[in-house]
Amino acid sequence: MAIKEILKTSNLQKSFSGIIAAEDINISVKEGEIIGIIGANGAGKTVFVNMITGYLKPTSGTIEFNGSDITGIKPREATHIGVCRSFQVSQVFMSMTVKQNLMIAMSLAKKSGSQLLNPIDDENLSKECDKILKQYNIIKQKDLIVSTLSQGMRKLLDIAMAVVGEPKILLLDEPTSGVSVEEKFGIMDIVISALKKSGTTVLFVEHDMEIVERYVDRVMAFYQGQIICDAPPKQALKDKKVIQYVLG
Amino acid sequence: MFKGILKEQTIQVGIGFVFIVVLLGTFILPEWMSNNFMYGLSRGLAVLGLMILWRTNLVSFGHALYYGFGAYAVAMAQKYLGVTDVFLRIIIAIAAAGLLGFVLGFILRRYREIFFAMLSLAFSMVLYGLLAKAEFLGSTDGMSISPSTMFGFELGRFGLFYFIGFVVILSLIFAHAYLRSSLGHLTTAIMDNEIRVEYLGYSVEKAIHIKYVISACLAGGAGGLMAAALGQVDPDSMVLWSVSGELVFVTIMAGLGNILAPFVGAIFFEFIRTYAYEFAPQAWQMIIGGTLLAIIFFLPGGLWSLFQKINPFKKEKK
Ligand SMILES: Nc1ncnc2c1ncn2[C@@H]1O[C@H](COP(=O)(O)OP(=O)(O)OP(=O)(O)O)[C@@H](O)[C@H]1O
Ligand SMILES: [Mg+2]
Repeated sequence: MAIKEILKTSNLQKSFSGIIAAEDINISVKEGEIIGIIGANGAGKTVFVNMITGYLKPTSGTIEFNGSDITGIKPREATHIGVCRSFQVSQVFMSMTVKQNLMIAMSLAKKSGSQLLNPIDDENLSKECDKILKQYNIIKQKDLIVSTLSQGMRKLLDIAMAVVGEPKILLLDEPTSGVSVEEKFGIMDIVISALKKSGTTVLFVEHDMEIVERYVDRVMAFYQGQIICDAPPKQALKDKKVIQYVLG
Repeated sequence: MFKGILKEQTIQVGIGFVFIVVLLGTFILPEWMSNNFMYGLSRGLAVLGLMILWRTNLVSFGHALYYGFGAYAVAMAQKYLGVTDVFLRIIIAIAAAGLLGFVLGFILRRYREIFFAMLSLAFSMVLYGLLAKAEFLGSTDGMSISPSTMFGFELGRFGLFYFIGFVVILSLIFAHAYLRSSLGHLTTAIMDNEIRVEYLGYSVEKAIHIKYVISACLAGGAGGLMAAALGQVDPDSMVLWSVSGELVFVTIMAGLGNILAPFVGAIFFEFIRTYAYEFAPQAWQMIIGGTLLAIIFFLPGGLWSLFQKINPFKKEKK
């Protein structure tokens, strides 16, 4: 049985008052693939993630998810169909505690309608929440207000909040930036192995090539809004253009 | 939604507080003081409504729109349907204001900050203008409200006081249940980060709309109770922009710390207003303004923060 194509873009383009931030983006992603997105600053990686997840509307071109057109959907519609994301600058609830943040994410993912009127500190949910906090190694900080945390920890929380939505495809924008060198691999081990187990397709933006080499099935290299290379990591990291425009 | 709520400290303290106020008001205090307690409890509902909005950083400068709408709903139900039953009165007031809030909510939910605040004010001024012109409702003189009844018997002043206490307790329970729920926690979440809420799959506008309707219902309930308590409705004391201003004033003065704070604040406000009138009939606004300044400078968390400092059983905010 052929592996299903989960995401496909055709001639995706985005320009901001004349400046082209994405051009001719044609990709095809299979279910369960782990893809690394690389590129220098300003290459258009975040713009790409933003278009897929409905934060930005493409100027032209189409995005297909599981065979249906999702071009220009709203962020919450993206979440509903299973397209979730984390952010380059973590987007969390700064004045609440770590646990409250995750509890909100979990209850919005698991409850609906009038269930949302039940108390948030439901016992089962709370236990499950602690388990996840432990997994992400932020259990000790669970009662701290998020604004007092380091960038790295906020990042982890941000990712955890996206993952509890049980996405079909998850886009992570620089999940390890701001995370200390010693912690990087530990975190990626946790995140990627959990996502692999659930068969989630992952696209993540990453500057650290060691991480890319270790975790991804395929690399997409961006340069000036275009994909200049789309290949397995061994091949991509040796590609002349990639070396010149991304790694150089 | 209400599971175990009577075991929560906030609610127990709240019920105790209302009991004390009602007992003081009906058995111990002289009538003028007792009136201040009764009006404070009633108007506290509207302040609670504002507080719930405020927790999302949404300030309404026009909440007298719902307060007045609730009051006039009671007046109209009396005039056209002969309704004097106190249960019907409060239900009509809440339903009318809630319905108006629901309709206007579709507009308001798209705005934030000063636009939200001023848009509410604009709507309240429209209502004021309509009421001041509406001769069938007594124009600027308003209408008098006949004494409330319950199951056909006249309720009397004390009976009404008990009833107000009862409504306040129900509202405290409802507000607390809402704020402790997942939906209620979105309150702070939306203030912190709307984008994230959308990416968690919930519509920020919808959450604000729900909150807005709840807030309108509370303000409408307050108006309905005040119409019954004062025996009179008129545009100047129910819908004018200064009434909205007072509600905002009391919200700041009371603080956002606890759902009881609005009632404490509203009662306190009735007293300063009475005393200010007494001491300086020409310049009572100065005294009220001075009080607010003092609170902003010395008690930025509002009156409630004073209670928290001396509170024997400290409790997290709810
Ligand atoms: N909202 C916007 N308005 C105007 N220009 C934008 C906007 N967002 C992005 N751009 C431009 O689009 C280009 C691509 O930006 P993008 O944020 O995607 O880069 P990136 O590859 O994510 O870089 P980095 O590694 O620094 O995060 C940049 O030139 C940027 O200035
Ligand atoms: Mg970026």
